[in-house]
Amino acid sequence: MTQRITINPITRLEGHGKIEIFLDESGDVERAFFQVPELRGFETFCLGRPAEEMARITPRICGVCPTAHHMASVKALDDLWQVDPPPAAKKLRELAYNSFMFEDHLLHFYYLGGPDFVVGPTAPKEKRNILGVIDKVGTDVALKLIHMRKEVRRMLEAMMGKVIHPVFGLPGGVSKGMTEAERTDYREIAENAVQFAQFTLKVFDSVVLQEKQYVDLIIGEAYQHKTYYMGLVDRQNRVSFYDGDVRVVRPDGKESARFSPRDYHAHIAEHVEPWSYITFPYLKSIGWSGFVDGPSSGIYRVAPLARLNASAGMATPLAQLEHDRMYETLGGKPAHNTLAFHWARLVETLQAAERMQELLSDTEITGRDIRVCPTKTPTEGVGIVEAPRGTLIHHYWTDAKGMLTRVNLIVATNHNAAPIAMSVERAAKALIKGGQVNDGLLNMIEMAFRAYDPCHACATHALPGQMPLRANIYDSAARLLLTLEKDLPGVL
Amino acid sequence: MEAVDIVLWPVALDFKLEDLRSRGPGEIAVAFINGSVRSSEHEMWVKILREKSQLVVAFGACAHLGGIPGLANCTTRAEIFQNKYVRSATVENSKGVLPQLETWVDSYCLELPETWNTVHSLNQVIDVDYYLPGCAPPPDSIAKAVQAILSGNLPPKGSVIAPDKSLCETCPRNETKPETFTIDSFRRLATSTPDPEKCFLVDGFVCLGPATRGGCGERCIRGNMPCRGCFGPPPDVLDQGAKFLASLGSISSGKTVEEVRSFADSLADPMGTLYRFSLPSSLLQRRAGGKEVSR
Repeated sequence: MTQRITINPITRLEGHGKIEIFLDESGDVERAFFQVPELRGFETFCLGRPAEEMARITPRICGVCPTAHHMASVKALDDLWQVDPPPAAKKLRELAYNSFMFEDHLLHFYYLGGPDFVVGPTAPKEKRNILGVIDKVGTDVALKLIHMRKEVRRMLEAMMGKVIHPVFGLPGGVSKGMTEAERTDYREIAENAVQFAQFTLKVFDSVVLQEKQYVDLIIGEAYQHKTYYMGLVDRQNRVSFYDGDVRVVRPDGKESARFSPRDYHAHIAEHVEPWSYITFPYLKSIGWSGFVDGPSSGIYRVAPLARLNASAGMATPLAQLEHDRMYETLGGKPAHNTLAFHWARLVETLQAAERMQELLSDTEITGRDIRVCPTKTPTEGVGIVEAPRGTLIHHYWTDAKGMLTRVNLIVATNHNAAPIAMSVERAAKALIKGGQVNDGLLNMIEMAFRAYDPCHACATHALPGQMPLRANIYDSAARLLLTLEKDLPGVL
Repeated sequence: MEAVDIVLWPVALDFKLEDLRSRGPGEIAVAFINGSVRSSEHEMWVKILREKSQLVVAFGACAHLGGIPGLANCTTRAEIFQNKYVRSATVENSKGVLPQLETWVDSYCLELPETWNTVHSLNQVIDVDYYLPGCAPPPDSIAKAVQAILSGNLPPKGSVIAPDKSLCETCPRNETKPETFTIDSFRRLATSTPDPEKCFLVDGFVCLGPATRGGCGERCIRGNMPCRGCFGPPPDVLDQGAKFLASLGSISSGKTVEEVRSFADSLADPMGTLYRFSLPSSLLQRRAGGKEVSR
């Protein structure tokens, strides 16, 4: 008789999902499925709305990467009204975007994905979280992290109105500029950001790369897929988060396509399965051949490792050094190791911080000309950014008054839907043998999706000032594992 | 109470459904529930949380009012499915496959929760003790709510944990808003940029401040963008959109029917603007013709 294991809800991600695993008679895995149980229908209920409101509506797709939706939307609006924002506006947007990328990636490393490595993949479930991480890396590191994120978010709130669900983007520019005093204030934040990104790479090095069992896990067969890779690149094919063309490479690293945002639908198609609410994108030119990898399957991956694989390198010098070191260790580029998404994420964190520094050292960013008001008649616009979790596409069609008549959105986790399903199944098959199942093994299966960082959560955002309570974390035998004191300024 | 244990927090902690099920009734001191309710799975989760918790706090605009996803009540599930899975510009689905509640893949049966035709606020599905408004709720108001719960110093059941004032009363631009004023039409943000200091309404932009509860810290306004109403209606107001519409008559400068009509027409998308966050909990609730289809 088939035995069935359900993991519900899957945890340490934004949004919902469940995993169904079916074992054969000898207790080995026959099939495993990753299902997304909900759909909200933004493409439909936004019809008839003024297009410019999309920058304030679509961030609600996700409580965790609202800035990515805001920015993809604003870029689609630029394209819709055929307006080119003034240099100061572009720089403000790019600064906000890189700062968001920086803090979002850090959130994933320390809160969501990191606990699996820092605390350990099979540690008790009560410990596999940010509190366990604090326990392991020390309170001083935690305080540094909390302070860093708080500072970045203070800057973002001043720039964008709100950190969660920003409001400042408008077609042709932004609603609010930056003063010279603010720029001076923020430069220190960027400097600290670069240092903290470097520090975090060192933490990764000592906690993960110096441990043979983790390195074996990263390079092991259980967490590998040879797929196509997609990401935005600048003119020199370097990793770009805010703007550029989309580049796709084959599993062997050769360029398979390079296209401007407007042409995305000539290259991407979506497959529908009756057992999940999520669609499964694939490369149109290769075609859908099921949940398989390799050069003859159109399945591709997005997000940090995919972006690095799809690029010629990083756009900033320190990140480039880390990029080279990573590929050297992994045995060449492209790398197909799903767990190396965590490493690539930290390389990107450093690029984001360096880019913050570059943009804040540019006095043009305080320019007073921050918007070109649209005058042309709108018809259709496409905006693409790299969300922390991958390529994010917004496509709007409107009537002559700019009221929406059609909307297409392909969000980051969407692109990775098929790879996540495959990664979960492969991990399940490699890890569950002879019916031996326990919480640690099931968590190691969840690690297969967690590497993709299926988004973050409002719930983990910093409270200003003092944390008004003490949290005691107990293990299953009710032994006190960790106490967070009331005077820890903080996060919970 | 000086200490808390967190028993379920899917985004950050690894506790699962069975961990929750194993708790006794009322064993959890408080559940903060976010999100609107629009599927059989949402219903299952919120009902279990209600049973296990002494207090339920509707956390954020979706749980409080239905939120932006509640705009789906302008459409139907069938339209949403057709647009997403069949008519989309990128979907290749010539057979018209749609998600099914039950699918057999080889010999395995996979189930999906049912997506309802109508989006609900949390209190339409379970009993709710308190509401923490906002999209997203500002960190200081979360801290205040947690403090109130920890100290046992709680307002009457059913309270919205936010000031009993309208947003205009605390708005940094309130001084630029005269007692009475008129405008001949509304301006669109697409083609005009707001003055950085003037009251948005006086400047000709739709701002939901007069029909919205305060307490958000006026963050959008400080970002030089008008309010869209995420804190919901002020105290004693049932319907946020109706409240705003009621105030329109006094600000129209129109003297003839044509002028008033042109003023009304300049308000683009009244439904999506005035009920941006509150459609499911409003008097309208949803587009007609959808109720007879399940939930």
